Amino acid sequence: MAEQGANKGGGPIIKIAFFAVLALVLISGLIFSPEHPGLAIHPMDQFEIKPLFGGDNLGLFTPTNQTLWMVLAIVGVVVLLVVGSRGRAIVPTRGQSVAELAYGFVYKMVEDVAGKDAVKYFPGIMTLFMFILFANVLGLIPTSFTPTSHIAVTGVLALIVFVFVTVLGFVKNGAGFLGLFWVTAAPLALRPILAVIELISYFVRPVSHSIRLAGNLMAGHAVIKVFAGFAAALGLFSFLPILAISAVYALEVLVAFIQAYVFTILTCVYLKDALHPSH
Amino acid sequence: MANTTQEVAGDAARHASEIEGMETATGMPQLDFSTFGNQVFWLVVTLVVIYFVLTKVALPRIEAVLSERRGTITSDLAAAEDLKQKAVEAEDAYNKALADARAEANKIVAEARAEIQADVDAAAAKADAEIAAKAAESEAAIAEIRAGAVDSVKTVAKDAAKEILATMGYKADAKSVTAAVNARMKG
Repeated sequence: MAEQGANKGGGPIIKIAFFAVLALVLISGLIFSPEHPGLAIHPMDQFEIKPLFGGDNLGLFTPTNQTLWMVLAIVGVVVLLVVGSRGRAIVPTRGQSVAELAYGFVYKMVEDVAGKDAVKYFPGIMTLFMFILFANVLGLIPTSFTPTSHIAVTGVLALIVFVFVTVLGFVKNGAGFLGLFWVTAAPLALRPILAVIELISYFVRPVSHSIRLAGNLMAGHAVIKVFAGFAAALGLFSFLPILAISAVYALEVLVAFIQAYVFTILTCVYLKDALHPSH
Repeated sequence: MANTTQEVAGDAARHASEIEGMETATGMPQLDFSTFGNQVFWLVVTLVVIYFVLTKVALPRIEAVLSERRGTITSDLAAAEDLKQKAVEAEDAYNKALADARAEANKIVAEARAEIQADVDAAAAKADAEIAAKAAESEAAIAEIRAGAVDSVKTVAKDAAKEILATMGYKADAKSVTAAVNARMKG
């Protein structure tokens, strides 16, 4: 208790001191480090897409480093969900429990958010979730590649959801799907304005849906790389950026799961709008 | 904050690429459109593979395991309910047997008591009768003795009166002596 109290009192001062020292070290490191001319931080290099088997020619079907990590994501999904559940045990093993947990987690999400009639789209949503989760988590392995940090990948994912949900909305409800934009709860005079806003927000959905995922992952990886560059330049004081990297890495582990979850639950929300467009 | 970091990072990358002069102009591989076709192709392949792995193998299997477990749990619960019912029945039977045994015991005790009572009553009646007979007999004997005693007293009294009269010189009249004695005896 006493220690806690002392911590509370000294907290801000310690924090300020810590950041002051950190800043000093960084600046002095930049100025006085003998490696200063060589201080080269390339935080975006890790996102470069290169042909996997050498050569500069990047055709449509050339396997790339991104392809490798997508395949590894497939392997991860297979190991977790197929190999993990191969025992079909009534009392599950550890691996089978995790597989069942993932299944139950997504299944319940679809059922709760999108409704019971959305359960038949569960395999597709499960595919999205497992792919994003494994791409995110495997991307946290040092020197690996994160497919979901590329806007092309997340954009395609978001567009698949957008197109599917829009087509489904019209197929299920016909013109009634346009009721999604006609807010009957609002006064009649306001409805056209709201319809325009709703329409814009509907078409912004895939943009925010995809950029949220790619942006989060890219930013986290880039920050780690920047700190890594500092660590390389600082010599004796490199423990400070390394501490920071550890902290950011812990945050990134969280982000990897949360962004997979967010992408999936938003997909469920959009699916709900398509199945039940009335507000 | 992430945006700022990104921009900073982007600037740094651009700077670095300018120095080394071998990167793309943007510095952001994400915006290198020449790779998009390749990325989309492999992404679609990956998604199709995962979708088929899930729908053909993983999800039906996990679903089967989960429903089987649900079935097992349900049937186990039913069996437990059954056993519970049986236990209740067994307890009822036990209680009934216990009550029966107790009633039987009470009955036997009552019978034995009645039997003993009857025996006791009979013995008491017999004893009473014997005592009554003995008492009557004794009474008869006492009455006889008493009668004997009164007669003896009379005889002695008459004799004594006669003797006294004779001694005094009177001739004793037997009849009047007897009457006098009888009168005295009554008084």
